[in-house]
Amino acid sequence: MHPVLKTVLQRLGLGLLTLFVVSVLIFASLEMLPGGFAQAILGQGATPETVAAFNHQLGLDRPATVRYFEWIWNVLHGDFGYSYAGAGGSIKQSVSGIIAPRLYNTFFLAIMTAIIAVPLALFLGIMAALYRNSLYDRAVNAVTLTTIATPEFFIAYLLMFFFAIKLKWFPSLSTVSDSTSIGEHMYRAALPAITLTLVIVAHMMRMTRAALINLLASPYMEMARLKGVSQRDAIVQHALPNAWAPIATVVAFNLAYLVVGVVVVEVVFVYPGIGQLMVDSVSSRNMPVVQACALIFAATYILLNLSADIVSIITNPRLLHPK
Amino acid sequence: MDEIKHKLNAALGQAVRGRVTRREFTQLALASGVSLAAANSMFTKAWADEPKKGGNFKVGVGHGATTDSMDPGLYPDQFTGTALWGTLANSLTEIDADGNVVGDVAESFEASDGAKKWVFKVRNGITFHNGKTVTADDVIASLQHHLGENSKSAAKSLLKEVASMKADGPNTVVFELTGGNADFPYTVSDYHMPIMPKKDDGSVDWESGIRTGAYKLEKFEPGVQASFTKNENYYKPGKGWFDTVQFLSIKDVAARTNALLSGEIQYMDRCDLKTLDQLKSNPDITVSEITGYGHYIYVMNVTQKPFDDVNVRTAIKYSMPREDILATVFLGHGTVGNDNPIAPTVKFAVDPQPKHTYDPAKAKEYLKKAGLDSLSFDLSVADAAFAGAVDSAILWKEKAKAAGIDINVIKEPDDGYWDNVWLKKPFVASYWSGRPTVDWMMTTAYAADAAWNDTFWKNPRFNELLVAARSETDEAKRAAMYAEMQQILHDDGGLVNMLFNSYVEAHAKNLGHGKVAANWQLDGMRVAERWWFTS
Repeated sequence: MHPVLKTVLQRLGLGLLTLFVVSVLIFASLEMLPGGFAQAILGQGATPETVAAFNHQLGLDRPATVRYFEWIWNVLHGDFGYSYAGAGGSIKQSVSGIIAPRLYNTFFLAIMTAIIAVPLALFLGIMAALYRNSLYDRAVNAVTLTTIATPEFFIAYLLMFFFAIKLKWFPSLSTVSDSTSIGEHMYRAALPAITLTLVIVAHMMRMTRAALINLLASPYMEMARLKGVSQRDAIVQHALPNAWAPIATVVAFNLAYLVVGVVVVEVVFVYPGIGQLMVDSVSSRNMPVVQACALIFAATYILLNLSADIVSIITNPRLLHPK
Repeated sequence: MDEIKHKLNAALGQAVRGRVTRREFTQLALASGVSLAAANSMFTKAWADEPKKGGNFKVGVGHGATTDSMDPGLYPDQFTGTALWGTLANSLTEIDADGNVVGDVAESFEASDGAKKWVFKVRNGITFHNGKTVTADDVIASLQHHLGENSKSAAKSLLKEVASMKADGPNTVVFELTGGNADFPYTVSDYHMPIMPKKDDGSVDWESGIRTGAYKLEKFEPGVQASFTKNENYYKPGKGWFDTVQFLSIKDVAARTNALLSGEIQYMDRCDLKTLDQLKSNPDITVSEITGYGHYIYVMNVTQKPFDDVNVRTAIKYSMPREDILATVFLGHGTVGNDNPIAPTVKFAVDPQPKHTYDPAKAKEYLKKAGLDSLSFDLSVADAAFAGAVDSAILWKEKAKAAGIDINVIKEPDDGYWDNVWLKKPFVASYWSGRPTVDWMMTTAYAADAAWNDTFWKNPRFNELLVAARSETDEAKRAAMYAEMQQILHDDGGLVNMLFNSYVEAHAKNLGHGKVAANWQLDGMRVAERWWFTS
């Protein structure tokens, strides 16, 4: 079997195991949290009678283990169950039906941000390594470190203030629905995408720069320079191929963040993504939705890390032949 | 002439806020030598320009969750209340801008048998959004939704006094109550009880969103938005002016403000008090402030030591610096409370004497009466009770030291506050959004057998009066009973009512409206029905 394929299969198998552990952990933590869905929804208006009626209707009066195994059995059959919200009516809201549009929005924003941020960060990082310690290097470091050190909601407010209120170039609310066209969606998601770009560029840029500078001291780089290769070609052709592995890891890490960690930006711009859904579901103890979100988040991490490893292996032939 | 003009303008300003009636204004104008016709036109112009049809009205609301549902029994807050009730639906009755109960789906209502039997006449010929005529059966099915063993409705306890509901012909509903209740029409105005169409199996259709209101449901995305189009067949004259209405859930207050400033919405609730002056200075924005029924309170369990001694309770009441808290934590947006949960604008409200103000000397005196030199207790707070609960408690702690009272402020987690702290810990922060009648408020939170009696206070005289006043139809006698009850609660109860909070909201200048209701935020949650664009 091809070593890459073998690695992929091994890692996917381990990934499934991880997902299972995650589901147990999430379920257990939700069980440990005080209160339940009925109390969360009824708030001050919860009386013992209504809570009991609620729990009975949702089947929450059964033991936790029974509920967990029922849930996982259904998941193995591709059924993520129904949201507790709206239960009792004849129109049930399936978890996949609730999550799908929001997941699409989240991926849309993540991909849009990635398309801007990743090339930008790589370009800035390579240039910074090339012109190390120059005025450009210092300036780009200072700017990106400032944007990463500023809380994302504050960057969002600043962008909103200048681009939505003063200049009126972009809308301050990023409300989208399934009837929004792709162009309109991109326009509405512009400010959140720029905010996130500012947040993640520094990490990737600094990593690219550091990985390249690390390699500049290696003997083969000295050899390249002695042969008369220009500094630019030395970096792009000799150093960069060896630097892909750490860069890919940090890019994967940031992409995962774009999917699972942007709830603050979603709230500020009123963008209907999956982060807000997860937070709401946790605070209302809406177990089926929380579980599905958690599995999606875990799967995102697993898949992105796997792709980063594959990139490392492919770009470094030594890893293809482990001893 | 200039002086007269100035005074008339001031009177007009008062008129718009509902403090001067048209008649009073006209008399003032006539006395100043203005002709009757001119006075009338001045009044009408000030009372915002004539309502105009049309426009797309967008509202940003600081509530809304992805778990919101179409089930009215589970409407948790302003988002579902304003969008899915005030815009989409009608209850049997409604509370008007002056706080009186008037018919809505019911054309009229009448009590007999000591307010034990209530007859509601359903308005003739009104229809649901699907064209079906509203009948007594729909009304009964809608209310039945909240009753019965399997009901999980938040309104279940409100309707527990209903013994039976019967239709008497297509347009009459007869309610038999277990005891007399002169305020029953107020109860059925609640936003959990919209009238919905009955299904063939006898249950009610709450899922489809077919109701009777001024707007039809276009789309509801829980936690995101709800959009509506005008109902051309709406039965209420002079209501429902907009072509379309959209409610957006914008929980972040800065985002809400920005959306208003950039013109994406025309109305926002819950303004940020800290930046209110900047908002007020914007020429395109009007900020409105209404003191409603809602109040922020601290409640002690009167069955536990040391709160079981009335002198200790009174000492604690005198140790709270309400004026300071209002000025610093709430920046003046509210009215100080006097340990009476009934807002001054509610019918039969009184202001019990002596007023409980910050008076460390008096507090010490009461402590001495209880046989104590100093007092120390835990106070459990979280901002989940109300925004500012923690800051207020800390300010209280500092000021109470002067009275020899040591308050140990315990900051509890927001998450699960209502399950683990409220009704469990001996002294906690809480709030009520208030109720439109004395009876309703007292029955909800201060009656001996109330599920939410968060002070565990059981005063025999109070409870006797509560039951007696409920079926008393003589207004003067009733007023006297309610005054006594409020006095007893003020003197003896475990409630420290810190303040009545204001609804601070902002809207675009080109919106017109009549007198704004105080019973809920967003003009009694019916802003979409009552307001219009002037240009």
